[in-house]
Amino acid sequence: MSDLLKLERVTMEFGGLRAVGDLDFHIAPEEMVGLIGPNGAGKTTVFNIITGVYKPTCGAIHFNGVSLHDKKANRITALGIARTFQNIRLFGSLSVFDNVRTAMNGRLRHGIIHSLTRGPAFRAEEERIRSEVLALLDIFGLKDDADRQATDLPYGDQRRLEIVRALATGPQLLLLDEPAAGMNPTEKVRLMELIHFVQEKFRIAVLLVEHDMRVVMGVCQRIVVLDHGQKIAEGTPQAIQRDPKVIEAYLGEEAQHA
Amino acid sequence: MRKSDAVKKHIAHLALAAGLAASVALYAIAPQLDDYAVNILMLAGINIILAVSLNLVNGHTGQFSLGHAGFMAAGAYTSSIITLSLAPVLASAPAWQAQVAFFAALLAGGLFASFCGFLVGVPSLRLRGDYLAIVTLGFGEIIRVVIQNTDALGGARGLEGIPPYTNLLWTFGIATVAIYVVASLVNSTYGRGFISVRDDEIAAEAMGINTTKYKVAAFVIGAFFAGLAGGLYAHFISYIAPEGFNFLKSVDVVVMVILGGMGSTPGVAAAAVLLTLMNELLRDFEQYRMIVFALLLIVLMIVRPQGLLGNFQRRKRKAPQP
Repeated sequence: MSDLLKLERVTMEFGGLRAVGDLDFHIAPEEMVGLIGPNGAGKTTVFNIITGVYKPTCGAIHFNGVSLHDKKANRITALGIARTFQNIRLFGSLSVFDNVRTAMNGRLRHGIIHSLTRGPAFRAEEERIRSEVLALLDIFGLKDDADRQATDLPYGDQRRLEIVRALATGPQLLLLDEPAAGMNPTEKVRLMELIHFVQEKFRIAVLLVEHDMRVVMGVCQRIVVLDHGQKIAEGTPQAIQRDPKVIEAYLGEEAQHA
Repeated sequence: MRKSDAVKKHIAHLALAAGLAASVALYAIAPQLDDYAVNILMLAGINIILAVSLNLVNGHTGQFSLGHAGFMAAGAYTSSIITLSLAPVLASAPAWQAQVAFFAALLAGGLFASFCGFLVGVPSLRLRGDYLAIVTLGFGEIIRVVIQNTDALGGARGLEGIPPYTNLLWTFGIATVAIYVVASLVNSTYGRGFISVRDDEIAAEAMGINTTKYKVAAFVIGAFFAGLAGGLYAHFISYIAPEGFNFLKSVDVVVMVILGGMGSTPGVAAAAVLLTLMNELLRDFEQYRMIVFALLLIVLMIVRPQGLLGNFQRRKRKAPQP
């Protein structure tokens, strides 16, 4: 009952296509879970169901015991689930600093009226947010780039900024959608270190969707394998590597070589 | 050090006060100016209000609206009906009472326009881009056609004899407030949400931003000031007709926003003044005026696609390397 996130018999159908069928899985607090599967297995669909982009056809999702049924994406974020995107989605015309502070919007106490009156309480909150954002950027080595336009950053930094921005929403669960996509081996090693660092520093759970086996095996404590929208295996990285069903469906020769 | 900190802290308030003081100064020297200059200033001020308020919707929030003239009409007619029906009373009342009544009528017009903005904002939650442009265009036309066919509002003949209460103080005072509201709204953590909606709605939603609320807020605030501008215009020209608030009027305002730079408040305010002046300078070449405008826009889009003072560019997203 101490599960942070719990999916029960979640099914998602698009017309006649069953993208995800009867999926059960859970994530404990501060746990690092990997979600893998071949292309089209339904990984991103699961992401989109959890974050409220899609409404599941049936099944239940609970986060900290709260049902996510019919909750809008921004409400789900406010409950403590943050995400990054497979194709980077930074706010292109905003600075690095503004990208991060925008993500603190859900926790603001002031709104339109306060932005207009600009009283002491408003200024205090803006100042608090400013130092929080700068501290966060500092942790990830992006403080010197605070005033740069987000899309001017190098590719790897943009990925990092996406993670920083997601952390700024104050999550308990961070969903990473193929964070290693487009990275070279050195960058991948740095990414793995980063994910470990984030998990330890912020004491949050991480759900990682990733194609790159080395990253998933290196980061996750537990792995869930999807194929054709069904869960075909679940277990530790070692167990998954040896599971014949997984090898057949996904890992193929690569795993036999390993 | 401490002194400059205090200035920085209250920079927005100081700017607001300076703008209002400038409006008072302008009002004070108005009697020395000739009527023609006052008229141009008046139109420039009204255009600033229209452009800055549309910029919140089209520029900052990225919701392409073509219905600003409709909101302007809503405000113009509401305030005019109020002042016209009060005219017998106000004619014999002291001037300050008439001005207070005028202000109340303006506010009523603004509020009614923002109610209309709310009605347009709601469908905008589902529509984007071209589809939203068409819905707002349709909405603006509906307002115009309803007025045209309502005898109580003067029908196609329009309303005449509207008391000329508008002066430079009202016009520039409200223009200052419009600039202050839009600028200080956008320059806050809360207000950065408007820009995030424009940049990437899906990401904004995923970062906990209630995009629905932001879009409706942009429409409601934008329409409120368009309504005020409409009221000022009606009580300046003294005569309004539905034709004056047609689709072309909306396009005029959109041109100001694009010319000045989507999302740049100083830019669109400057463009509003520039286009008002150009309209006057080209008065002798009436039939070629639209050609000049069109050419200006084409050249601008080639040379400076982000607008005169805009720094917002749609950069190509870097494609992930394989």
